[in-house]
Amino acid sequence: MKKNGRKLSFAGLGQLTIPLIAIALLVVFNLIRDPGFFSIGISHNNNGNAVLSGNIISIINGASELAVLAMGMTLVTAACGGQDISVGAAAAIAGSVFVKVLKAGASITAGTVILAFLCSCLVAMIFGMFNGTLVAVFRIQPMIATLILYTCGRSVAYWINGGATPTVSSPIVTGIGSFIPGIPIPTPVIIVAVTAILFKLLFRFTALGLFTQSVGINGSAARLNGINEKFIKLLSFVILGVCVSIAGCIGVSRLGLINHETLLIDIEMDTILAVAIGGNNLGGGKFKLSGSIIGAYVIQMLTITLYAMKVSSTDVKAYKAVVIILLVVIGSPVIKERFAGWAARLRGRSKKVSVKGAEE
Amino acid sequence: MRKIKALFLVTMLALCCMVTACGKEDDGKIKVGVVNNPPSESGYREANVKDMEAVFSEANGYELKTFYSIKNDEQLQAAQGFITDGVDYLLISAAETTGWDEVLKKAKEAGIKVYLFDRMIDVDESLYEAAVVSDMAKEGETAVNWLLAQNLPEYKVIHIQGAMGSDAQIGRTGALDAQFASGKMKKVVQQTATWDEAEAKKIVEAVINSGEDFNVIYAENDGMAKGAVAALDEAGITHGTDGKVIVMGFDCNKWALRELLAGKWNYDGQCSPFQAKIISDLIKSGKAPASKKIINEEKGFDAKALTQSDIDTYGLGE
Repeated sequence: MKKNGRKLSFAGLGQLTIPLIAIALLVVFNLIRDPGFFSIGISHNNNGNAVLSGNIISIINGASELAVLAMGMTLVTAACGGQDISVGAAAAIAGSVFVKVLKAGASITAGTVILAFLCSCLVAMIFGMFNGTLVAVFRIQPMIATLILYTCGRSVAYWINGGATPTVSSPIVTGIGSFIPGIPIPTPVIIVAVTAILFKLLFRFTALGLFTQSVGINGSAARLNGINEKFIKLLSFVILGVCVSIAGCIGVSRLGLINHETLLIDIEMDTILAVAIGGNNLGGGKFKLSGSIIGAYVIQMLTITLYAMKVSSTDVKAYKAVVIILLVVIGSPVIKERFAGWAARLRGRSKKVSVKGAEE
Repeated sequence: MRKIKALFLVTMLALCCMVTACGKEDDGKIKVGVVNNPPSESGYREANVKDMEAVFSEANGYELKTFYSIKNDEQLQAAQGFITDGVDYLLISAAETTGWDEVLKKAKEAGIKVYLFDRMIDVDESLYEAAVVSDMAKEGETAVNWLLAQNLPEYKVIHIQGAMGSDAQIGRTGALDAQFASGKMKKVVQQTATWDEAEAKKIVEAVINSGEDFNVIYAENDGMAKGAVAALDEAGITHGTDGKVIVMGFDCNKWALRELLAGKWNYDGQCSPFQAKIISDLIKSGKAPASKKIINEEKGFDAKALTQSDIDTYGLGE
């Protein structure tokens, strides 16, 4: 434990070093490129409300779905040592259910919106449970188990509503997707904050965090210590299901439209990346939610930066890949060890500290 | 006794068959086999399938058989099946442009007339009667001509493209690219959102945040136009007939046309899925068309001229 503490002290922030450095680099790069990039202004939207605007708002707002999914994905990653690649497809299903219930009623009130969200939550949790059962009970590799839903999810989403792009229009739905009158902060950002706080409370008042870690590090050892391994794994997928439903409903509310083919398309890869950039071990075990959330903002900042530079959106993915390769390589154990070695040597010159702290 | 009974039964059965067969001949229904993509493919296809079923109905004197798949080989098998069944006409919207030679030759040998709709096939023209298709490039031209007719003092266009390389993208981009090249219109940004509404919103948001001025949004389908408008709404930029920014979309979904009617958008270009009527007219008249390739006429709707009945007639979906 002591050894760990010393390591933290010289790395500064431990696991969060890499994502924070990435953000810092992007900020510096943007400031050099365009000093006005981060200016925040207050403008009036077409409903006459004063709202915050600017690139930084676009980044934080646009990353909302990704941040919520990344939180759930972190838990699944930690518990199961694998990732769920069906989150995009499952979000399309959840969004479709949300729209279906909204359209079923005569008018859209706050009550029907809550009901619709609960229904979509329930459906997403059931699909999460399906994935979780395959992983926890049948011990199928998470990526293979979730490949099933990844493949068929968007067709299922089509069956729910039939038509290609059903729309819902209501001030309440618009409020969820953009701004609530009187509040200048985009609603999706508030939803992310609330979700993060709920997670924090969950870890604070239950031992879920510890249990998840121990299951992820060594499932049999955890089981021998009386932790229900299957239940913890299953639970992580169900919680991810809730996140999926939140993300799906935000996505639908932004535009008041569901397109089962394009809603949150390719988000699963970005989600996994966010978890990886956040410094979490993709093989399971120790995890930090804050890392994944920062990871999500790194990805979004990268995208918005590239758009602001007018990089063609067909090329954006390639540029993103280059940056991500760099981040992942820098975050890899081999490079980390090198850095730790150098750091220790530097410190060794000024103070006499053994190099032992660099190990692990 | 048993033998006689059996013989009697067989005779009855044969008679029945003959009667029903005669019945079929007598009612004079035209047998049509339709090979199409499944309605789940898009709002366009959904309307297309519905239109086919409505026009080639029993009430109009047709006996319709349908097969839907996005797989070319399954479509080929189905077409083969229709030929064996002895349909009079075969209507095809192929999943892929290749591989149809053999089947169409067999159809010709069997005296079955083939009509292509929506999509062309790579075969000799002699193998089909006519092909009723959309001209995507013309859709783009109609839209750009409409835009030019607005006589704006200057054109600063945000161009949101569909999936690169798709027919609709190439066609709808062409006419606008020509304007950019001639300098008549200024390209503020030209990006593909790959038909993704959320991506379209991000693209427009980036332009707004950069502070660059623009007054036209040309989105290559309705969904992306909706995404773009969401970004405008959040930034407090007015749009539509009384607004600063002109919003243009394509496909004529009913919900999009309603936005036009409300004056929030300015233009929507049609991509007509209604080929059935044209083919039915050709079949009933029995005449060969002047040209094998028939371009399905497509409209562009101006928000100022649009009526509710247009929405009912031309709108897709609900």
